[in-house]
Amino acid sequence: MISLNVNGKIYKANVPEDASLLWVLRDHLKLTGTKYSCGIGECGACTVHVDGKAERSCGMTAGEVKGKKITTIEGLPENNPVKRAWIKEQVVQCGYCQPGIIMQVAALLSETPTPSADQIIGKMDDVICRCGTYPRIKKGIKTAVQMARKEGK
Amino acid sequence: MKTSITRRTFLKGSLAATGLTIAVSVSPFGTRLLNASQSKDALKRFKPNVWYEVSPNNVVTVFIGASEMGQGTHTALATVIADELGTEWKQVRVKQGPAAKEFHNPLLGEQLTVASAAVRGFYELCRKAAAAGRAMLVKAAAASWGVPESECEAIKGVVEHKKSSRKSTYGELCLAAAKLEVPKEAPLKKESEFRYIGKPTARMDIPEKVKGAAVYGLDISVPGMHYAVLARPPAYGAKPVSKDEKAAMNVKGVIKVVEMPMGIAVCAKSLDAAWKGRKALDVKWDKGVLPQLDNDFIEKTMMAELDKPGSKAMENGDAKKALEGAAKKVKSTYFVPYVAHALMEPINCTASVGKDRCDVWAPTQGQTGAQALASEISGFPPDKVNIHTTYMGCGLGRRAAPDFVVEAVIASKVTGKPVKVVWTREEDIQYDLFRAATCQRIEGGLDGQGQLIGWSHKAVAGSIFKLINPKAIQNGVDIMSLWGLVDFPGSPDGNRILYEIPNLYLEFLISELPVPVTAWRSVQNGPNAFVTECFIDEMAHAAGKDPLEFRLPLLKESKGAQRVLKVAAEKAGWGKPLPKGQGRGIAQHHCFGTDVAAVAEVSVNEKDGHVKVNRVVVAVDCGLAVNPLNVEGQIQGGVINALSTALKEEVRFANGGVKSANFEDYGILRMSEVPEIEVHLVKGNEKMGGIGEPGVPPTAPAVANAFFNATGVRIRRIPLTSNAVLEALKKT
Repeated sequence: MISLNVNGKIYKANVPEDASLLWVLRDHLKLTGTKYSCGIGECGACTVHVDGKAERSCGMTAGEVKGKKITTIEGLPENNPVKRAWIKEQVVQCGYCQPGIIMQVAALLSETPTPSADQIIGKMDDVICRCGTYPRIKKGIKTAVQMARKEGK
Repeated sequence: MKTSITRRTFLKGSLAATGLTIAVSVSPFGTRLLNASQSKDALKRFKPNVWYEVSPNNVVTVFIGASEMGQGTHTALATVIADELGTEWKQVRVKQGPAAKEFHNPLLGEQLTVASAAVRGFYELCRKAAAAGRAMLVKAAAASWGVPESECEAIKGVVEHKKSSRKSTYGELCLAAAKLEVPKEAPLKKESEFRYIGKPTARMDIPEKVKGAAVYGLDISVPGMHYAVLARPPAYGAKPVSKDEKAAMNVKGVIKVVEMPMGIAVCAKSLDAAWKGRKALDVKWDKGVLPQLDNDFIEKTMMAELDKPGSKAMENGDAKKALEGAAKKVKSTYFVPYVAHALMEPINCTASVGKDRCDVWAPTQGQTGAQALASEISGFPPDKVNIHTTYMGCGLGRRAAPDFVVEAVIASKVTGKPVKVVWTREEDIQYDLFRAATCQRIEGGLDGQGQLIGWSHKAVAGSIFKLINPKAIQNGVDIMSLWGLVDFPGSPDGNRILYEIPNLYLEFLISELPVPVTAWRSVQNGPNAFVTECFIDEMAHAAGKDPLEFRLPLLKESKGAQRVLKVAAEKAGWGKPLPKGQGRGIAQHHCFGTDVAAVAEVSVNEKDGHVKVNRVVVAVDCGLAVNPLNVEGQIQGGVINALSTALKEEVRFANGGVKSANFEDYGILRMSEVPEIEVHLVKGNEKMGGIGEPGVPPTAPAVANAFFNATGVRIRRIPLTSNAVLEALKKT
């Protein structure tokens, strides 16, 4: 039995220490917003925050995150500028990669509130969207930055 | 493709939930909505047909039978219904409809979301279905107030009688309207009265997707659900020679090992147990039907197939004679490799074969096929087979094939449990049904004035119809494989080479390679347009003409193509000089009823062979764009998919099977590789065209033509990887 702090809530999961965090979140905690796509950290669809940092949950074990604060897409507040910007700029198409991408952007902006184009590419080249929403992802990031700045967040 | 909707009764169903049976048929005179029976239940809401219902709480729920894989169909069709019904957009909710004859696409003859056909296929039908409801709501209001219907107006979800200042909401009127007979024909709104159609509308699926609450196939959870994973052959046609079933069954949680046509399934209580069981099963396979198959073998084989006799697919005039008499001739051979769908959501499906029904939760583009196969396997008649279509993590045509449905239904039937079949990313790529590779040779001839007078074209490709409808292959010609080169018989879309070439001959040979293929966004329009649009560019160069100026006089009958070429060229600054090392290329293609032209600008680093696409300007004529915001997104997506094939994608094969396995060795375009993409909508075509796919075909040839413009070197093969570029530059 492992105890996990996810989205501010303590969950108990009957899984071994080496169980994949991604599948524990999805199959045991039923937090299916975090997606499986590549399983090797190449695409970013499974991105969650571990103590505020963007991490690929497919490459982490449940044991590794004991005692740490995990935030999934479900736990990122609805008023987070990234979530709002994604709706405003109509970024999403199929949407499967977007929870991971939103988590990636949210972590980037919390560390670097006004990232340069290079800083954005540096982080965003780690994620993949097959629908080709990249132009709107760029727009969404810009809008999120502006929203956050305006609101002094 | 050709399906006449005339006189065909295509909506006829029993709506068990309401007890109200409605039949809708399309006659030459339009939609007839027949109100067959009513029950007490029907009086709880107003549901004049399968498309929508109005409840007393003033909510309008729209049901869409087409699949939503990111292309925006659910929102687009809902706006059509909302507009014609006269509701406020904020009243509208959208739900995925079930598998039902009522939702067969009139253009396709079944419930199948392909061919960029959903919005254009259902547009008229949705309008008629909504107009009927609006007429009934008006009638109900007029009757309750004792005024003539002609004095009442329905707008913004309210019926109003201005003379007496009375108004009622649709919610207030719906129960009275439900008692009325559905009119056989109701007047449609004028285009000028549209409030939503043709204007940008925010998509309804986006908020739940941003929340992480949208349910995709892989997110389905059913009580008592088990999991199945398959051990699959590593080489095409490989058969198992040994397996350790006992070891697999010894893994805690494994309940059954099942042989299927696609491989050997391990069924277990958890996904982890299924994976462990598969490992323990340790299946050994023979070498398969073609162990020497690898990329070199594929290319050499297809090149050799080019020299074998094929079947005549099209002939105008006498190309042979014209070429013999030509003042100048060009002969070139092109190759486009296999590419994978690489959908973000790996293939999966959940099925439950119960005592008296079968349920399938599938991210499927093809409900009719899924239902038919599930019915055959489960033994239940189609009306006992419920297809629950989930959101899907991209489709691109891959999810129109029903192989994953078959796996899940077999696994459930054999185990007696609800079973979710899960493919890993590696399986998703290695057992994909690819976009068909193609090898094509064209010989073109110019007369003394540089006029294109002859074109002889030979194409070799895998057959797309082989998997889905082998009977459609006639005299060795697969028109799906030739999509974009020759017309479908009776097709309204125009799928042929549009250039007016007086002497044209086209021959086709189905490649015998065992690599399975299916539709991939735009089907073979992508590879075929790459070949023809690059070759036209070669002919322009041979004629000493500007590529745009060479094309236009050959497209006199194709006004749409002319329009988009001119707009794309103008917006891109066609003809303006570019710095050294950069180039500009143009291409156009017509498919799915839509004309698209693209101008690409590239930089070529001749030292390291790196090609960077700096800008793509696209002009699109799809007629009426129901949601222009969504059209822009779809075209951008199509362009990006195509750039990915132009610059990176090629499936690697080895030892008779697929070697590529994941995004590390099957790279797709990432953000830094995406150029500035401008999309310009040109409204010229009278008929509505599709928008999901037409962004793909002109993009790769525009890039290759830009590469030529930059370097003077022609590359007749994609992807334009650094190695391919260095090799091509070295040769010259």
